[in-house]
Amino acid sequence: MPSLIHKSSTSLFEKYRREHAWQIREFLFTLKLLSRNPSAVAGFVIITSMVLIALASPLIAPYNPIRISLSERLSPPSLTHLFGTDEMGRDILSRVMYGARISLRIGVLVIAIAGGLGSLIGAVAGYLGGKTDNIIMRVMDVILSFPPLVLAMAMAAALGPNLNNAVIAVAFVMIPKFARMVRGEALAVKEKQFIAAARASGAGNLWIIIHHILPNCFSSVIVLATLILGDTILVAASLSFIGLGAQPPTPEWGAMISVGRKFLMDQWWYPTFPGLFILMTVIGFNIMGDALRDILDPRIRR
Amino acid sequence: MEEILLDISGLSVRFFTYQGIVKALEDVNLIVSKGEILGLVGETGCGKSVLARSVLRLIADPPGKISGGKIFFKGEDILGASKRRLRSIRGNEISMIFQEPMSSLNPVFRVGNQMMEVVMLHQRVGRGEARRVCVDMLSQVKMPDPDAVLSKYPHELSGGMRQRAMIAMELSCRPDLLIADEPTTALDVTVQAQVLTILEELTRQTGVSVLFISHDLGVIAQICERVAVMYAGRIVEISPVRKLFSNPGHPYSRGLLKAVPQVDEERETLNVVPGVVPGLIHPPGGCRFHPRCEEMWEPCSRIVPHPVEIEPGHQVACHLWGSGK
Repeated sequence: MPSLIHKSSTSLFEKYRREHAWQIREFLFTLKLLSRNPSAVAGFVIITSMVLIALASPLIAPYNPIRISLSERLSPPSLTHLFGTDEMGRDILSRVMYGARISLRIGVLVIAIAGGLGSLIGAVAGYLGGKTDNIIMRVMDVILSFPPLVLAMAMAAALGPNLNNAVIAVAFVMIPKFARMVRGEALAVKEKQFIAAARASGAGNLWIIIHHILPNCFSSVIVLATLILGDTILVAASLSFIGLGAQPPTPEWGAMISVGRKFLMDQWWYPTFPGLFILMTVIGFNIMGDALRDILDPRIRR
Repeated sequence: MEEILLDISGLSVRFFTYQGIVKALEDVNLIVSKGEILGLVGETGCGKSVLARSVLRLIADPPGKISGGKIFFKGEDILGASKRRLRSIRGNEISMIFQEPMSSLNPVFRVGNQMMEVVMLHQRVGRGEARRVCVDMLSQVKMPDPDAVLSKYPHELSGGMRQRAMIAMELSCRPDLLIADEPTTALDVTVQAQVLTILEELTRQTGVSVLFISHDLGVIAQICERVAVMYAGRIVEISPVRKLFSNPGHPYSRGLLKAVPQVDEERETLNVVPGVVPGLIHPPGGCRFHPRCEEMWEPCSRIVPHPVEIEPGHQVACHLWGSGK
């Protein structure tokens, strides 16, 4: 009996392998391209380890990130506290690990919201053109004319200081960046003959925007997203810094740096480690973005 | 009388630009019967593509506008059709093949996805069925290994293969009318011959009518039954294709035919029609061809000539034939 089950599961696997032969081939090919590009490997390793740290932080963090132990306050890096402790005696290594969850979540959420909405807005403006384009892009200009941090502050303050509102505020500020870029791309793409061909075969505006304009802008959107991801984490950190983002005692990198700034002269480890993590994450995303663009673009691919 | 499929009458198209109003089409009359291949020839910029796009209402507005005339397709008024109706006509009942196969396919999707998209959109069938239709169509255009082609990206196909894929795509919904806007211009001569043969065969098999646009008289002679000659936004001559070659009525058609180099002719230089196509913002009055015409006489610059039938099925718009009363 067990052998029968084993056999049927093998044939299912075989069936899957047969039916999805080229998807599997493409995936393996992608991995091969990836492994040939050393900086891409570095980027992926950094981001993967950040994601792993974020996911596994409850398991691997040596201490509770919000456990206060005043007797150990501001102790330098040692074997008991690898990254030292902060002014409340909380373990900085544990806090940085938990901080990865928050920062990555903010970054990904903001990019998903801003990238999605911004690209759609930009594509609509660029493809439809005329009055629609003018109205949409002038609104985007108004948003862009504010310094991003100031606008995000105003939004976050108006919505109320907590993490979700900070995400909304930062996403709102980032929308025009995507919209402007995608609009530019859409202007170029919409003149291509395959758009005329799609219209001649009966496609409607929405269909063309979603199926023809947006996918052609996708490679630039990926690059912009990974570039902006760094900004996003920084702006979110700044919001936390002035008390409009993560609320204490939440271990957020930006908030930790801003508090730790006061201690930089005498207790260097306090702001340095969260800072290093921000740096690594931002660089990691940048390298990964460049590599992704090269690897996923079918025109460069072969 | 054969059944009329497409009936264009008095069609005028204007483009409103900063330099002025471009009178791209002026009082164009054209009939496409069921199952025929009608050629449309003319120089660059004479309005061939504008005419083709008008039929599908694909003229960008602004700056373009269809300012007059009527287009009836199977008795239905295209110019009065709703957007919804237009979209179901496009691709389903009237399809169009464009000039450059290089840019007619979206570079980021596999050929199969794009073809199946059209089939699924118009025929409301599932992916499996759509795929079957596509493979079938691709083998009809003599594409080697249709299954493999479906999972390729456009840049992996050669120009001829892409154009054949486009033809397969456009014919996959069994349209009644196919508009081919210089489908072979961007291809080299051997591939051009292949594509023409395939197009002709498919037309015979499926009974689709074709409006075949070209500036190449050789191509027109090979594939068309009737031919319309356009000059500066007007149709100057419509004739069965043999009649046009043996007995061209309009001085412009004669000029065009003379400009085709002959193998048995010993010449150093090409015959050309003197002059250039006039700008269509301020086209010449009367017959638009008169400034370049070798046989111009008194009424040509004053009166617009109307088409007269000089023999059955052969119409010429020229004062030499006594029109314009």
